[in-house]
Amino acid sequence: MADHTSEKIPTVIADGVDIVYRVNGTGAGRGSATAALNRILRRKNAEKAAGVRKVHAVRNVSFVAHRGEAIGLIGTNGSGKSTLLKAVAGLLPVENGHIYTDGQPSLLGVNAALMNDLTGERNVYLGGLAMGMSREQIKERYEEIVDFSGINDKGDFITLPMRTYSSGMAARLRFSIAAAKDHDVLLIDEALATGDANFRKRSEARIRDLRKSAGTVFLVSHNNKSIRDTCDRVLWLERGELRMDGPTEDVLAEYEAFTGDKTTKPKPKPRPKATATKVTQPS
Amino acid sequence: MSQVLDTPPLTAPTPAADDLAALAARHGLTVSGARPSLPEYVRRLWARRHFIAAFSTARLTSQYSQAKLGQVWQVMTPLLNAAVYFLIFGVLLGTKKGVPDYIPFLVTGVFVWTFTQSSILSGTRAISGNQGLVRALHFPRAALPISMCLQQLQQLLFSMAALVVILLAFGVPVAFSWLLAVPALLLQFTFNAGMAMIMARVGAKTPDISQLMPFVLRTWMYASGVMWSIEHLLSKHNDWPSWVGPVLQANPAAVYIDLMRFALIDSFHASQLPAHVWAIATGWALLAGVGGFIYFWKAEETYGRG
Repeated sequence: MADHTSEKIPTVIADGVDIVYRVNGTGAGRGSATAALNRILRRKNAEKAAGVRKVHAVRNVSFVAHRGEAIGLIGTNGSGKSTLLKAVAGLLPVENGHIYTDGQPSLLGVNAALMNDLTGERNVYLGGLAMGMSREQIKERYEEIVDFSGINDKGDFITLPMRTYSSGMAARLRFSIAAAKDHDVLLIDEALATGDANFRKRSEARIRDLRKSAGTVFLVSHNNKSIRDTCDRVLWLERGELRMDGPTEDVLAEYEAFTGDKTTKPKPKPRPKATATKVTQPS
Repeated sequence: MSQVLDTPPLTAPTPAADDLAALAARHGLTVSGARPSLPEYVRRLWARRHFIAAFSTARLTSQYSQAKLGQVWQVMTPLLNAAVYFLIFGVLLGTKKGVPDYIPFLVTGVFVWTFTQSSILSGTRAISGNQGLVRALHFPRAALPISMCLQQLQQLLFSMAALVVILLAFGVPVAFSWLLAVPALLLQFTFNAGMAMIMARVGAKTPDISQLMPFVLRTWMYASGVMWSIEHLLSKHNDWPSWVGPVLQANPAAVYIDLMRFALIDSFHASQLPAHVWAIATGWALLAGVGGFIYFWKAEETYGRG
């Protein structure tokens, strides 16, 4: 708070964020009628007893992201990375704490808006509109999107329903639609791992372009190489808690030691913390 | 890997909460996913109007895209529906006695009722059935129930085309009063959208409601004079308390059905409509439309939670 460097402009601030999922129909009575009745009758006082389970996906996470940063989110499966990303995008409500953002961060992805029974062409429009583009913007970029996806490389596939596409083709089209929009704060969830090698190369290049035009990029990935290539800072989440926050190399070295990847050295856990934590200081 | 089970030590120094809030305030950052003010919400919704239209059309066309007859089903489905009701109520139960132009009367009722019924039904699932969309993209959530209603409106327009053919086939003359169908439909659409938004919020919180709705709606249908004339029923039961008639006739579904019959069928006279029918129709539309919108907006930030 004391030394406020004017150059670093924060774009995303997470302040003690807790995220909790509530799942119906689990626990003791499972789906039985009595359990359900119990749930309805005693909804306030005995959520847990009545079979509503709470999953504490993210616990007390705080960080400040600045303009121009590319931040990787790593952690083992189920550590809350994607959940945190959705909360930053404002798509999942937080239980405690706050997430402040500059503008509207957007998640890279339109899968949910597309419909398999429609042609690729109509899906380009539908996906674009769902992301908040105008019809003119989509028209302008239509050729670019189709060319980039490479759907028409093997004939006129864009006028066929998406259900006729191979899974690789569909994934490529989805990525192309999603990557067609410019974003202030861009959130990418393992989007790099789609398509064949050729397409992956193109999509990585596209991500780099997006990074340039975007203020801040968050990338969730299990591929340490793509994290190394794209990110200069890494947040490590483990069981919902922020375990480490620092320059990519420092955190990845720790993470790889932790997961047993590329066994470098036996985890000297407490030591590198001092060097790796400097980034979280609020400027 | 045994380390995984350890509670990881927190390494990042957590800055004091006030600091972060102050920092956010200093740089003009806003809370992510916070509910916008009502005027702002309306503005954003309007900005997404093309998405709403495209989404409803896309859903409509994808509905029958696997069928061999394709879009013909848009017209066939309502016609078959009407045929079933005619068989049961017109032929078997004999409700048609004393109702002139019974088939146009029945078909209009069925189509108009179906519009309200399916709007409310799909509204109930608007949020809970599109959880993936809600959790992936950012847009005013009211776009979903509205888009569902728009889809039903488009479906109704197909039905209306079939209805015109039926009307002409049964010798109902073309009249200027047919134009009244337009304001009647607009009012009904507003009413339906409002109801859909109310049910969308309820259904998002309690998905069980979608199991219950078909029964509620069926009860409502039988009370709305879809296949029988409310007026006839009342004249047959003189012993009923006097408030029953006005209540049955003020039922929004009955109001919109009767307005449409009045607009389209020459033998359905203004005297069969309740007093101040347009005022009642507008009142219901405004009450449901505005009330439903505000009710839906109030929970905007909670949609998408598990």
